[in-house]
Amino acid sequence: MSTLLRQETIRAGDPFMARIDAGQRVRLVDTEGNEAIDTFFFNAEDPRERYSAVDTVRRQRNVYLTTGTELVSNEDRAMLTIVDDTCGRHDTLGGACASESNTVRYAHDRKFMHSCRDNFLLALLNWNEDFSKRDLGPNINFFMNVPLSADGGLRFEDGISGPGKYVELVAHMDVLILISNCPQLNNPCSGFNPTPVEFLLWDA
Amino acid sequence: MTSNAFLLEERIPAGCHHALLLKRGYALRLTDLSGDGNVGLLAFNADERSERYNMADTLKAQHTHKLTLGNVLYSDMGRPLLSIMGDSFGWHDTICGTTNAAMIEATYGLNDFQLTRNGYYRNGRDGFLMELGRWGLGRRDLVPNANFFSTVAVDNEGNIALSEASYQPGAWVELRAELNVLVILSTAPHPLREGPAYPEGDIEAGVFWAGEVPASDICRTACGENQRGFENAEAWFALPDGGPRA
Repeated sequence: MSTLLRQETIRAGDPFMARIDAGQRVRLVDTEGNEAIDTFFFNAEDPRERYSAVDTVRRQRNVYLTTGTELVSNEDRAMLTIVDDTCGRHDTLGGACASESNTVRYAHDRKFMHSCRDNFLLALLNWNEDFSKRDLGPNINFFMNVPLSADGGLRFEDGISGPGKYVELVAHMDVLILISNCPQLNNPCSGFNPTPVEFLLWDA
Repeated sequence: MTSNAFLLEERIPAGCHHALLLKRGYALRLTDLSGDGNVGLLAFNADERSERYNMADTLKAQHTHKLTLGNVLYSDMGRPLLSIMGDSFGWHDTICGTTNAAMIEATYGLNDFQLTRNGYYRNGRDGFLMELGRWGLGRRDLVPNANFFSTVAVDNEGNIALSEASYQPGAWVELRAELNVLVILSTAPHPLREGPAYPEGDIEAGVFWAGEVPASDICRTACGENQRGFENAEAWFALPDGGPRA
């Protein structure tokens, strides 16, 4: 019988960071539906080891994340495994929104809108000032729908998630989870209306 | 561009690593002489090396997961680092990263320095790190690289595979620097390439002066996103050297 260790609501547009020990199980809940949860992982003992989108894609020979996907580090080690997924498919190629990429994607006047990279940097620097922008890499976007096409295209499309859908992961090493509950208002990744999400942690 | 016009020229054997500083307006022409080559590439703003090639920003700004003529390689700061101003190849991979020592041994067998001295099978991860280390960079800076001369197809379920279209002897691509760019190259095999024979064949890297970017440039005019990206790059150079930058 597993014990619930922690339950947190991450408000719309907020950052979050926590430690997850090896063997613990985490659940992220898309409470109201169609909310992108930008997520990144570090090895808690050696933060130079971090989640690697391309090694994850390369190892499973597939670009989408779902039940059974091993989240692989830049040292080609399994950090966590997705053990349950009621949404069905998650993105890891779209990255996080940032002030600067918002100016490119939408308009120069979007520079001062809130963004996931601002959340990531704030959470990282509050955790430990040894972190910097250099420690970031392409993240996971849970509940975000970014289909790739056979002719080489990539699109941000309306979500395939819904209220209460969740994803569960088990950690294989002690990790730090870094989350930005995406504040993006310029594309459908959060349904143009960012909403709260839930973080739950069990001992097994 | 004929090869006798190169200002700098290097032939990089398969598996090796190399770097060059490509100032704004210069271009790098890479040629896969054998057709079996792969060029892993990382790029940094040489004036501020925390700014670097960003796979995800490159893909989403241009709604693509392949790189070809007209695309740019975006930094994480909303500026193009390199523009693909010429390309005979058609579809360069962005989503597979590079190899490490264990992957190379699993695919091609054990062949280390003990066995064959400089004939050993090199891997991309170690090559990138050895080159990054020369420039004061390290593991934190080893982000997902682009893979030139390797085509990775994606099916409707998201499954990926290296395409036979990757084999194009003499294929070339031209990358123009839009900032002052530190280019880091690894010619280790693509991570999806199959064994058992480790690739042979050189990559030719030639540098030439490309000049000012015209308003009608194919990369700049490819989409509204790139127009704004080029405006961001111009803002970096808006004041003389030593002036404020953002």
